[in-house]
Amino acid sequence: MHPLLSGKSGEKLLLLGNEAIVRGALEAGAAVAAAYPGTPSSEIANNLFFISNEENSPIYFEFSTNEKVAMEVAASAAAAGVRSLTCMKHVGMNVASDVLMTLAYVGVKGGMVIVTADDPSMHSSQNEQDNRIYARFSNLPMLEPTSPQEAKDMTIRAFEISEELELPVILRTTTRTSHVRGPVELGPLPENVKRVGKFEKNPRRWVPVPAVARIRHKVLLEQAEKAQKLAEASDFNVVIGKGEFGIVASGVSACYVEDALMELGIEEKVRFLRLGFPFPYPKRLLSEFLKGIRKVLVVEELEPFLEDEIKVLLKDLGLSMEVYGKGTGDFSRMYEFDPQMVKRAISRFLNVELVEEEMPDLSNLPPLPLRPPTLCTGCPHRETYNAVKEALKEIGEEERAIYPTDIGCYTLGLLPPIQMADYLLCMGSSVGSSAGFSVSTDQKIVSFIGDSTFFHSGISSLANAFHNKHKFCLVVLDNSTTAMTGHQPNPGIEITPPGYDHPRIPIEDVVRGLGIKEVYKINPYKKKSAVETLKEALSKDELTVVISEAPCILYYKKFGGKK
Amino acid sequence: MEYKKILFTGVGGQGTLLASRLLGQAAMKAGMDVRVSEVHGMAQRGGVVESTVMLGGLKSPIISKGQADILVGFEPLETLRALERCSKKSVVITNKNPIVPITVKLGQFEYPDMDTWFGFMKENFRRFCALDADALAKEAGTSKAVNIVLLGVLIALKEIPIDRETVLETIKTEVKPKFVEPNIKAFELGYENAKC
Repeated sequence: MHPLLSGKSGEKLLLLGNEAIVRGALEAGAAVAAAYPGTPSSEIANNLFFISNEENSPIYFEFSTNEKVAMEVAASAAAAGVRSLTCMKHVGMNVASDVLMTLAYVGVKGGMVIVTADDPSMHSSQNEQDNRIYARFSNLPMLEPTSPQEAKDMTIRAFEISEELELPVILRTTTRTSHVRGPVELGPLPENVKRVGKFEKNPRRWVPVPAVARIRHKVLLEQAEKAQKLAEASDFNVVIGKGEFGIVASGVSACYVEDALMELGIEEKVRFLRLGFPFPYPKRLLSEFLKGIRKVLVVEELEPFLEDEIKVLLKDLGLSMEVYGKGTGDFSRMYEFDPQMVKRAISRFLNVELVEEEMPDLSNLPPLPLRPPTLCTGCPHRETYNAVKEALKEIGEEERAIYPTDIGCYTLGLLPPIQMADYLLCMGSSVGSSAGFSVSTDQKIVSFIGDSTFFHSGISSLANAFHNKHKFCLVVLDNSTTAMTGHQPNPGIEITPPGYDHPRIPIEDVVRGLGIKEVYKINPYKKKSAVETLKEALSKDELTVVISEAPCILYYKKFGGKK
Repeated sequence: MEYKKILFTGVGGQGTLLASRLLGQAAMKAGMDVRVSEVHGMAQRGGVVESTVMLGGLKSPIISKGQADILVGFEPLETLRALERCSKKSVVITNKNPIVPITVKLGQFEYPDMDTWFGFMKENFRRFCALDADALAKEAGTSKAVNIVLLGVLIALKEIPIDRETVLETIKTEVKPKFVEPNIKAFELGYENAKC
């Protein structure tokens, strides 16, 4: 049995933050979950997937085709009174935001938790947007754990809050809280999980036509006020220590603050407000905190989400106080923090001496060879890129070609020696951006998209491209899995994980179904015939689609032969 | 107990994550508070993979410049790259077997002369230990056990309060049954060959 399912109450396991969230959802009796994978959230979905495949599993899980669909699946399950969860990386929330903003109006019956995993410093992402702003944007309550134990505890509490307020609750992590392991004490799993709910019809609630939406917006704001009261009283918001100077932090920044205070030996000399339930802003708690101190340091990665609110509160309170943080240049709005950075800021703020370690003189170090991530040896994407390059060369178009690309392992085609990734915005943008290039340049356009990304958000843009007569060649890199995030299934896969008996949707059928006639298939390992086919496709002055089929070699090793 | 910040660094596929997880589990077994941080996603495709093990109740999951107590480098160039995270008080353990990056193969960079830099490490850090972990892993019967060899070295240096038996127990319970034997051998070989 899966360890997150077999673990007994009272047992202590060394869990990833993401695994702790899964256990929390199970302990809370969540019965439906849906997600599209994305680092740093992927392990939540992966574990739920394996657990849902267990015999007598307490939970239904699906890999949905994208985050918007996943949020809709979870939302309607919660509308039917069943506890549900969806999880995504920060940019996935952009895709789901259309759901989010109105889901906040109609609300839920069963508890619903939305996990957003942000990626400050962009370890695996195209931007480092601060998704705490989605909580403020949607007026939904948000919890922010600092450790795996808290990740589990907060997930459980989030379900309770959600049911109490009839609103989904956001659980926001970052790479450093999702991908940290720590001891987690397990709680009991419920004996009976409510797996079947009942959807009670009520169009004046669930169908937000303008007249209904006007009522529901009012309800949302009333519920947000109740949520604020919960935040004011929450055990997750605590003041530690005494003194006339204050520090405010949440998430992993709070870890850095705690370690810094301990290492500087000043835990008792400063008043530290640790916010685990930071939104709705616990304004009364913050006001009381500010009234008791003479100056404040705000430690938070990315946007001044707490800092700006503190400045507003100070103005309302008529207090004049220096607020140290991003405004004073003590911290940046870019990239993740590190413990020493926070320790230095605290030592400046409190005017305590910080003894720096003596470091060896590394000034003679030569420029060290970079080690960028690369496509695996034997990766089929590599072969496809080479075949396309060869075909373009043979028809004399190599110089003129531009390569809009998409999100997946193949984005690494950006690096030498391949260098065939020229433009990228987000999931699915290869297709949409090719359309723009086709009407604004006379360059040869060859764009690349993976199979999972194709289903995520390539189909509607391909319909657009065909209907609006855009001219480019779309190469679908079909490796039969979602490779980058750890080999999750998608609707097109031919090789399936054991026991995965979902109907397959061949990409070729989808493309032909849209009406596109110029559809080709290649096997990238058969270079000669692949190049010949590509030459034909690339010579056409219309929309062509080339499907390059060969499984991810890592995936094939894992599940190959079980077609 | 004392706080210890341990940094593992290597190349995707070398098993840094498994090594740090096993050490974390051993620490828990020894009754210590522990945090382990991992890198997932894009970097795992042959890029630099770092992980940390923080012992003794530290809350921060990552290690700043000059702050590592122990550096365990799975590949010499990566050890060199991570030296800025050490201070003169640090212990540096490194594998001597290079994995040449693509940027060197393409002629964009030169692989540093490691003998010179091993000399530098010996002079500049409190303790320094270099060995060919790949050779020892092969001797143990699996070239994949470089991570476990280095774990053996780390435990042999007795810089952290986790003993040999606890790690061996952890390997037995956490590693897939068919890999237990070669991994135990790899651990013992690392343990015996740790000299500094």
